[in-house]
Amino acid sequence: MDWVNAIVQGILIGGLYALFAAGLSLIFGVMRLVNIAHGDFIIAAAYLAYVVISATGLHPLLSLVFVVPVAAAAGYVLQATILNRTLGDDLLPPLLVTFGLSVILQNGLLEIFTADSRKLDAGLLDIQTVSVLPGVSVGYMPVLMFMTAVLVIAGLQYIFYRTALGRAFRATSDDGEIAQLMGLDNRKVFAAAMALSFAVIAIAGVFLAVRANFDPFMGPARLIFGFEAVIIGGLGNLWGTLAGGVILGVAQAIGAQIDPGWQLLAGHIAFLVVLAVKPRGLFPRIEG
Amino acid sequence: MSDPILSLGNVEAFYGDARALHGVSFDLHPGEMLALIGSNGAGKTTLLKTICGLISRYGGDIVFDQQNLSGTSASAIASAGIALVPEGRRLFPSLSVEENLVIGGHVGRTGPWNLVSIYELFPILKERRHQPSTSLSGGQQQMVAIGRALMANPKLLLLDELSLGLAPVIIKDIYALLPRIVGQGLSAILVEQDVTRALGFADRFICLQEGRVALEGAPGSFTREEISQAYFGA
Repeated sequence: MDWVNAIVQGILIGGLYALFAAGLSLIFGVMRLVNIAHGDFIIAAAYLAYVVISATGLHPLLSLVFVVPVAAAAGYVLQATILNRTLGDDLLPPLLVTFGLSVILQNGLLEIFTADSRKLDAGLLDIQTVSVLPGVSVGYMPVLMFMTAVLVIAGLQYIFYRTALGRAFRATSDDGEIAQLMGLDNRKVFAAAMALSFAVIAIAGVFLAVRANFDPFMGPARLIFGFEAVIIGGLGNLWGTLAGGVILGVAQAIGAQIDPGWQLLAGHIAFLVVLAVKPRGLFPRIEG
Repeated sequence: MSDPILSLGNVEAFYGDARALHGVSFDLHPGEMLALIGSNGAGKTTLLKTICGLISRYGGDIVFDQQNLSGTSASAIASAGIALVPEGRRLFPSLSVEENLVIGGHVGRTGPWNLVSIYELFPILKERRHQPSTSLSGGQQQMVAIGRALMANPKLLLLDELSLGLAPVIIKDIYALLPRIVGQGLSAILVEQDVTRALGFADRFICLQEGRVALEGAPGSFTREEISQAYFGA
């Protein structure tokens, strides 16, 4: 039963990894930008929620009502004022700029919030569990987190394939030059994509902060988990990203079950195996 | 004669330091079809791209519908009423046939063209409307590209190499539909390798040679030798 339990917990934590990955995947898909500061923005969103909760006493999940729109607006402004200037034929400038942002964010958060680790308290949700099998019980929070991840992915999928905004994302990604001739302003399309990515970042940040302690330097490791989930699932495939997150989560859980020290290593090994066997990921987007 | 819909004054265009157009000037009147001919590298596609706003470095004046386009973004130019059917079609591969058409109407201009009238013009596209655009034949893709441009209800339609890579019988079909498209007061500039075909459709033609206007006038007013001379150079 220990093994079944480990795998179930791994699947559920995979939802969080999929949340880390979805925003990353979306941005890369639309504008070929690799956001090195993605993980740090997740942590920044967690601190934003921390500030909101400290000021208002809201439940962490309710704080999303405030944190999501603020994060989305910040993403729009970041893209419109800084990142749009870095985009071009060369992939290096956006990498360098987001790397710089990563360093600035970590040190900025350290300056404001100190190195003390924090946690958001979700009250009863945090501790209540439900027994699904004899010896296997799951917490409300991990289940809620996983369901949220599924809803977020389904929502993104809907936006991408059923709305005018999604059509603009796909057209701009396909052929930015011709997309302009459809009256689309690439810079605004990119800013809208970043706003959407940041909305997902906010959700990921709050769930991360409810699940575990966080401190200003946790961002890069979340970025790695996000990257690994994206690559395992296949670039440009949102449901694949969820699968990637789950595979990563399960691999880590199995590793931890064998030996607690193997948790992270097992995740990285699963990632390397997928990369070696299927370099384009398990579910690559079908090219026309 | 009425005011020109498009007026180019001494237009120069650059790719990096290389100059692709050297002082091109002409007027285009409402409802007029202008053929742009010239050998490979003469600057035909560059001229169309410059008009669309896709080439940021250019000199001279482009006035469209009494509005000077210098400094205007490509998306704003599209909204003002210039649509391009690009060389090689360049449909959006991740969009379905219908989505390619719908996005053409994104500029929000009203007029005779909408999904219904496009599907009347090209009935085959209605049958295929949910397929990925890449699954169509070359001729059908060209229909989508034309439909996408028309969905913007433009005042000026730029057609770049409609016949490129298509079978002769398909080319004939597509050209047979042109009068139904341009006959509605729409102005057009047609770039075409097949000079005889282009001149057969156009009210007027311009022959470019190495980025300069080498010959300009009505198709009937020059002999084949004169046109050939302007086309290939001395």
